[in-house]
Amino acid sequence: MRDSFFKVIDDLSREKDDIYMLTADLGFGLFDNFRNKYPERFYDIGVAEANMIGIAAGLALSGKNVYCYSIIPFLIMRAYEQIRIDIAYQNLNVKLIGAGGGFTYGLEGFTHFALEDLALMRALPNMTIIVPCDPSEAQEFARLSYDYNSPIYIRLGRNNEANIHQQKPNIEIGKGLILTRGNDVAIFSIGSMISVALDVHDILAKHGMGVSVVNIHTLKPLDEALIKRYSDEYNAIFTIEEHYISGGLGSAVAEVLVENSYSGIFKRFGIPLNLKKTIGNAEFRRNFYGLNAKNISEDILKVLENKNTKYGNFA
Amino acid sequence: MLSNSEDYYALLSRNVRKNILELIYRTKSPHLGSSFSIVEILVALYFKVLNIKPEDPFYSDRDRFILSKGHGCPALYSILEERGFISEKDLLGFAINNGVLEQHPNIDIKKGIEVTTGSLGHGLSIGVGMALAAMKGHKGYKVYVLLSDGELNEGSVWEAAMFAAKHKLDNLVAVIDYNKIQALGYTEDIVQLEPLTQKWTSFGWSVMEIDGHNFEQIFKAFGNVPFEAHKPSAIIAHTVKGKGVSFMEDKLIWHYRCPDDDEYSSAIEELSS
Repeated sequence: MRDSFFKVIDDLSREKDDIYMLTADLGFGLFDNFRNKYPERFYDIGVAEANMIGIAAGLALSGKNVYCYSIIPFLIMRAYEQIRIDIAYQNLNVKLIGAGGGFTYGLEGFTHFALEDLALMRALPNMTIIVPCDPSEAQEFARLSYDYNSPIYIRLGRNNEANIHQQKPNIEIGKGLILTRGNDVAIFSIGSMISVALDVHDILAKHGMGVSVVNIHTLKPLDEALIKRYSDEYNAIFTIEEHYISGGLGSAVAEVLVENSYSGIFKRFGIPLNLKKTIGNAEFRRNFYGLNAKNISEDILKVLENKNTKYGNFA
Repeated sequence: MLSNSEDYYALLSRNVRKNILELIYRTKSPHLGSSFSIVEILVALYFKVLNIKPEDPFYSDRDRFILSKGHGCPALYSILEERGFISEKDLLGFAINNGVLEQHPNIDIKKGIEVTTGSLGHGLSIGVGMALAAMKGHKGYKVYVLLSDGELNEGSVWEAAMFAAKHKLDNLVAVIDYNKIQALGYTEDIVQLEPLTQKWTSFGWSVMEIDGHNFEQIFKAFGNVPFEAHKPSAIIAHTVKGKGVSFMEDKLIWHYRCPDDDEYSSAIEELSS
C-alpha cells in the first residue's frame, strides 16, 4: 500500500515540479527513485518531526505541493501542535502520509501503534482524513491528492496488503463506497477493517442475513448524507475500525445517527482503551481484541438476539 | 518618503512605541515589554531592510518576515500601520470583540502578516521552508525570523537551526531578541542559554552580536547578510525588555501588566520628551 502510494507520486512528479517530498528519516528504500530523480525536491529532515511540519508549511506558503512522511505516531502526535496551527489552521497544501495504521507495526510495540490518530485529526478544521483499504485505493487517492489544495492526512498500512478491489475503484473524496448491498444489517468500515467487514458479510449471509458494507474511506468530511439514509433504512448498524473505540469512525457515525434520531441497534467494533500487555504481530493483536470476522459476526448475531456480547462493554 | 537619517528612525521608533502603548493601554492587553524590546529591529526591517511593497503585498519576490515571537505583535501592527499595510481603523480593531487584529498574529498576507504565530518554536522551521523554496527556485529574496530568547528553550528551534546549516540557507536570517527576561523570570535563571553565540556558531550559523536598540549596529548587521557565504545568519540582538520607558525597563512585570492611567501618562510623557 505504501509503495503503491508513492509510486504514483513518483510518476506525478515527472510533470509536476511543485511536488516536494519530506521524510523525518523514515522509509528506507521508499524514496530512492524520487530522491535520485528529483534531489532538489527531496529532503530527509532528520529525526525532527516538528521541524518537518514547519518546513512543510514554509514550502506550502511558497507555493509548493508538499508530502510529508513518517510512521503515524511520530508524524501526527509528536508534531500535532505544528499540524494544528501551521497546517490545519492556515489551511495549507500539505499532505501528511502516515504509515502503520492501527496495529500494523505489531511486534514493534506500543510506541509504533496508531490508535488515536483518527480522533486527533478529526478534531482539526480544514483537515481531510483518508484511509485507503488496499493498494489500488491508495493509488487512486495519491492521484486525487495532488490537486486537492488543502491539508490531507492519509493513513496507510504498510506493504503487502491484498487488493480488495478487483478493478480500479471509482472513488470520490468524501463519498462512502457501497461494497455490498443487503436488507438486514449495515456495516460502516474503514481501512484495514474493510476486508474483515466483507468477511462478516459472507458469514452472516450463511445465516440468511443481507449485509450492506460501506467503505468510509474518507472519515472527514464524512458522507453524512449516506449515513442518514442508512439510518432511515436499517434497524441494525455497526462500525468496524482498527482504532481506539473513542473518537474514530464509530464515534463519527454515532454522531450522525443520534442527530438523525436513529433508534435501532448500533454497536462499534474497535480497540478498547484498556489495552492489555500482549506481544504479537498485527494479526495476533487484532484477533486478541476480537477484530476478526468470526468474533464480530458472532457478536453481531448476539446483539441482534439481544444477548450480551464478548467484545462489547468497552471502557 | 523614506529617509536615511538616524534621527528619522529614532523619531519613528518613538512614534511606534507611543502607538504600542496606546494599543495596549486601550485594550488592557499584555506584552508591552516584549513589544518595546523589538521596536528598533522592526523599524530597521520595515523601513530600510525588507524588500516589500505595501501596495502589492502578494508581490512574489518580496522578502519574508516572520514574527516567531508572536506575542510581540503590538509592535508589528504599529509598524505595519506606519508602513501602510494596515489602516488606523485596523488598529482600532485590535483586541476587541469582532475586531481585526488579535493578541497574536493571524496569517493575512494582504495586511503584511505572513504566518500565524503565537506558539513559540514554530517560526524558524517555517522560515527554513520558505528559504528552501527561495533557494531551490533561484529566487533572490531573504527570509527573516524574529525569535525571543525564551523561545530558544523550544527544541524545535534547534532542529530548524541544524537543518538550515546543513542546507546552507544563507538567505535565512534569525534575529534573537535577547532581552534576558522570559515569562517567569530571567532567562539564565530558567535554563542555560549561554554561551549563546557559541551555540549558534556550533550549530553552523554565522553570528553577529549587536545592541538591538542601536540603529548603526542594526543596519550594519542587516547590511552584511549573509555574514558568510553558504551559512545562515543569526543576529543576537541585546535588547532591554520595556525599552523606552524608564520604569518599565528590565522589569518582568511588564510582560503582563497593562499601565494604569498614571503610568500611561508618565510613559507618554517620557516618550514625548
